[in-house]
Amino acid sequence: MTVASAANDNTPVVTATSVVKTFGGLRAVDVEKLEIRRNKITALIGPNGAGKTTFFNLLTGFDKVDSGTITLDGQVITGKPPHQLAGMGMVRTFQLTKVLSKLSTIENMKLGALHQRGEKFWSALVPGSWTKQEREVEARADAILQRFNLTHMRDEYAGTMSGGQRKLLEMARALMTDPRVVMLDEPMAGVNPALAQSLLELIKALPGEGRTVIFVEHNMDVVQEISDWVVVMAEGRIIAEGTPAEIKSNKAVVDAYLGAHHGEDLSQVELS
Amino acid sequence: MDWGFIFERTFSAMIGPEVMVYALAAVGLNVHFGYTGLMNFGQVGFMAAGAYGVGVSVFWLGWNFWVGVLFSFVYSAVLALLLGIPTLRLRADYLSLVTIAASETIRLLARSRVMQPITGGVEGVNQFAGPFYDLSPFELGKFYSFGPFKYLGRDVWVLLVGWTILILVTLMVRALMKSPWGRTLRAIREDEDAARALGKNAYFYKMQSLMLGGMIGGVAGMLQVIQKASVQADTFNPVITFTIWTILIVGGAGRVWSPIVGASIYWTLIVFVENTLRQLPEGTRLSLERTIELSDFNIAMLRFILVGSGLLLLARFRPQGIFGSREEMALDRR
Repeated sequence: MTVASAANDNTPVVTATSVVKTFGGLRAVDVEKLEIRRNKITALIGPNGAGKTTFFNLLTGFDKVDSGTITLDGQVITGKPPHQLAGMGMVRTFQLTKVLSKLSTIENMKLGALHQRGEKFWSALVPGSWTKQEREVEARADAILQRFNLTHMRDEYAGTMSGGQRKLLEMARALMTDPRVVMLDEPMAGVNPALAQSLLELIKALPGEGRTVIFVEHNMDVVQEISDWVVVMAEGRIIAEGTPAEIKSNKAVVDAYLGAHHGEDLSQVELS
Repeated sequence: MDWGFIFERTFSAMIGPEVMVYALAAVGLNVHFGYTGLMNFGQVGFMAAGAYGVGVSVFWLGWNFWVGVLFSFVYSAVLALLLGIPTLRLRADYLSLVTIAASETIRLLARSRVMQPITGGVEGVNQFAGPFYDLSPFELGKFYSFGPFKYLGRDVWVLLVGWTILILVTLMVRALMKSPWGRTLRAIREDEDAARALGKNAYFYKMQSLMLGGMIGGVAGMLQVIQKASVQADTFNPVITFTIWTILIVGGAGRVWSPIVGASIYWTLIVFVENTLRQLPEGTRLSLERTIELSDFNIAMLRFILVGSGLLLLARFRPQGIFGSREEMALDRR
């Protein structure tokens, strides 16, 4: 894998410093400092409207920050467009899956491979220049499909898949970019329990391959089971971070979820 | 009623100059809309660019015809670039607005009095295509028959060159769309953000697509004015764009052969209906004329009404077009 990096394991892979994003008068994201640890699974949780997805969009270049700095492996990536970030090893999935329904499953997968010669206009006209690479890409895609238990859907239109299968495919497709950082926006939403377990196992395996995982999730059981570190957002700010066990007993977090302070300004809630 | 004459006309229309020109323009639109999802409502603008590119460079600049052909090729690519730069980063609708406006701007500018010394104004440009016909192995003024097809020698030459270009371009588009490049276009057609998240520079690909389809449209315009041996601004009106859209939809967007088959069906129907209306038996004609006078003008309108109704039925019962896949279309609704 090309994932191994010169940076040592203790340096954070992604950092965000004083990142602010406002929509009109709303301060959707206002993150003072966040460091994502390398080859760990970090969960980003928080009530609806906490700014998790917006923060995701900022990190992946789908939205522009008003101010602040984001780095990937020490390199400033603020303002870089998504396709460049994907090329640098940061890939994301979407809350509402973006499976390409009119492409077959295998075509969806092959699309994910980076640096394809056949994707250049002039080379595309000369099949001899790209067919060999295409076969390699296809072999890699088939191996990942196998792992994700999607081989039987290989030549079907992705549009014929169930919601859970689409989540699997989107994650499998993201892995085709051979990423260092995998960002999953609600990977479990709409996935049936049987499929959910295998999806969890697949996510858990990623750090072992040298990939850092950041995911947004609402289901606390999932967060407890797979994450190494939990970051809690509310009203655009990070109100707590810690191990899953610490977060579970954190009063502010519990309140934010159970609504003990329902209707109150959460940023004013004192942390325990 | 002279059925022999009607069929001669109809057969000759089946692969005639109009089919060749419109099919080629539709191949360009297919690259835009069918494969990339770009809503180009100004394909006629690219045809005009191709037409004036060669006409003006010969008429006004006095260039060699073949240099003019080359120039017009580059010119339509530049037009695509200019239209693409401000619009392709925006939502899809902006491109449709800009393309339709640009195509009308080109037409109105070309026919304006100010531009008369350059474009010939309303009279347009003539006598620029000589070098093309000099190469013809056929006698220009003589009729040639091949089975049911019958054309003037000059048209046989245009058709031979035009269809060769059309087939080659179609095969090139097919090869491109089978490649990873084409796969990326189809991904962008469906969901640009998904493609961007996977490292594809969607803007760049859309620009390439706009330029490729625009250049193909430019060649179509060039062939059209070479066949007519004159460039007239008003032949490049928006109706042409919508005819090209109709042809593409009839054939099925995003399919390799649909521009050719769509154009052939469209023009065969138009010519068949028109010639049949002209040749109606006395009794039928008289009873019809109680409702509508069968003047040349009315027949020209009637053929569109009748063919249009037919195409409406096709759209109702086969919305995916001749070659389209119903299965693929159904995926839209999931």
